[in-house]
Amino acid sequence: MRHLLMAIAASALWTSAATAQIDVVIQYIHVEDPAPPTLSNLDPPPEDLGLAGARIGIEDNATTGRFLGQTYDLQTHVVAAGEDPRPIAIAALEQGDLLVLDAPSEALLAIADLPEAQEALLFNTSAPDMALRSEACRANLLHTGPSLAMRTDALAQFIQTRRWEDLALIRGEHPSDIAFAEAMHGSLEKFGLGLNAEKTWAFDADMRRNAAQEVPLFTQDLGDYDLLLVADEIHDFGRYISFNTWRPRPIAGSEGLTAAGWSRVVEQWGAAQLQSRFHDAAGRDMAPGDYAAWAAIRAIGEAVTRTQSAEAATLRTYMLGPDFELAGFKGRPLTFRHWNGQLRQPIPLVHPRALVALAPLEGFLHQRNELDTLGLDAPESACTAFGAPQ
Amino acid sequence: MRSILAALLIAGPVSADEIWVTNEKDDTISVIDIETLEVTRTIDTGERPRGITFSQDHSVVYICASDSDAVQVMDPETGEILHDLPSGEDPEQFVLHPDDRRLYIANEDDAITTVVDTETRRVIAQIDVGIEPEGMAVSPDGAIAITTSETTNMAHWIDTETEELFANTLVDTRPRHAEFTKEGRELWVSSEIGGTITVFDVATQAETAKISFEVQGIHPDRVQPVGFEFTQEEDIAFVALGPSNHIAVVNAETYEVEDYILVGRRVWHMAFNEDKSLLFTTNGVSGDVTVINVPNREAIKSIKVGRFPWGAAFRPTD
Repeated sequence: MRHLLMAIAASALWTSAATAQIDVVIQYIHVEDPAPPTLSNLDPPPEDLGLAGARIGIEDNATTGRFLGQTYDLQTHVVAAGEDPRPIAIAALEQGDLLVLDAPSEALLAIADLPEAQEALLFNTSAPDMALRSEACRANLLHTGPSLAMRTDALAQFIQTRRWEDLALIRGEHPSDIAFAEAMHGSLEKFGLGLNAEKTWAFDADMRRNAAQEVPLFTQDLGDYDLLLVADEIHDFGRYISFNTWRPRPIAGSEGLTAAGWSRVVEQWGAAQLQSRFHDAAGRDMAPGDYAAWAAIRAIGEAVTRTQSAEAATLRTYMLGPDFELAGFKGRPLTFRHWNGQLRQPIPLVHPRALVALAPLEGFLHQRNELDTLGLDAPESACTAFGAPQ
Repeated sequence: MRSILAALLIAGPVSADEIWVTNEKDDTISVIDIETLEVTRTIDTGERPRGITFSQDHSVVYICASDSDAVQVMDPETGEILHDLPSGEDPEQFVLHPDDRRLYIANEDDAITTVVDTETRRVIAQIDVGIEPEGMAVSPDGAIAITTSETTNMAHWIDTETEELFANTLVDTRPRHAEFTKEGRELWVSSEIGGTITVFDVATQAETAKISFEVQGIHPDRVQPVGFEFTQEEDIAFVALGPSNHIAVVNAETYEVEDYILVGRRVWHMAFNEDKSLLFTTNGVSGDVTVINVPNREAIKSIKVGRFPWGAAFRPTD
């Protein structure tokens, strides 16, 4: 009798639809990419950036999986800075063909191009490079973090909505600053805006005072403008710009008003629950990198649940198809672009204390999906690895 | 004139039925007089009040004070909190069993459904469910309770004899609300992000229909079904469509949408008056309640309440 009861109790955990046991093992690879030195030591990047989000995603999947006979496990691998990522990736691929990657662009491509990875499904959770979504795209590599252009398009939509037509930009010299500035140029042009002035912040012989003291003089010859854009993706000098500009003007870009895949100030659309779940587990606020890793793991979970399969090829087809949608706590379903594997998503525009707006902003329309007003639309992407554009 | 006014003032509160609305970001309840369609009282609650329901004889009102981690029991005459019930963490929504004793509570942050005996004030059972449980329903015969989980995307079926799960059924993304209908033969579950209502045959837990919505001029992604209620004959359902700011009028026999009614911003939950001729919807973002004339399917008034009105419940006063 007791055995019978236990059997009944155990079966109660299963869904009434007959389901097979599926064990999903996801490989998480972190390729170290040391941050360059910056003027301030405030806000060091958390050591578990990304990984903490992946862990929450695994927990979310496992809770659902409990009712469906699915288990989820995360295996983590670290590639030291400067090391070839391929041997570790090959070892990971031997254990499973679902890879979530926190790695710079070159490492991503090296892993995606491995013969062992051709039938695998890889997720880029951190590299924002445009090329990865365009000419350098790979059929086995999906992107859950936003591209640079998705972020700068969000900013440009906001600037246009506010009718701030006179703009200036200052940028740093790091390659990521330059890439951001270039994406900003592209977005301004896309939305019919332009720059009145642009300057490069270079710590050269003329700069003998601390950054905050240099800013008034540095910004004096920018002329008049409504908004100062700052391209400082490594967060070196940007934090000293606010309130020190020659003219009293707001700033946006890498500082001030920023466009990010995620932020602690997002609390609508049920986000408060995800934020508090994350905070309880990680002991800190959820960052964009955590969100992208969470989204990758949840996308896998959602696809496994709906297809009853853990085959990389089946999951990829489902994710890129019309039935996939992920509830991402940003007010709309998240889906993948079938032309380059980018996860469509609203982009929060935030300052450190609150959400300012959520892009796409009202009035930015698109024949397919308003979210495609952000980032590379099908005609703009040179990606061909996903097949002919539909 | 003055004596008439005085008479009205005295007569008003004792005669007119009321709609009670929880204001999530004001920590209050707004009490709406159904005769005058005005707010007559504002009552303080615990933090972040959401779910609200009355006992069968309406002698007490239960309130999910989510951020106070309590279900508060209030005397609706005086607005006084009588006591708290142990509710588990972050109670969001609940349903009172037909036995008028057991409360089934969704603990949003804990992936648990808590069953509390309102008489002994003890927790009877805690049931593991999916992530972010929210929608709660109980069958008219009391045999089955339902929890829907927002991130797990399931309806969890609870046997109220054993307080254990006996089935788990997948629905579309982000299920929010559940209701039994047709004498408990059908279960409806709304999916906010999926944009659908899934209809189940209760006997087999099999999906029998799916209802979709289409509001002209609004992208399908923003048409997000949340709360819903059935009319007196249960032939029509009124469905709140969240940020599309519309209520859908659904034929419960054909599952066709017959009408859309424009209401306030981010419409969430709703409650009828006694004969179900009036419907009161909570509009979170605009901070008001829209009053709908049910036979005419027309919005007739909006009433300003507190910030982010969430739940609504009917209270007769005679």
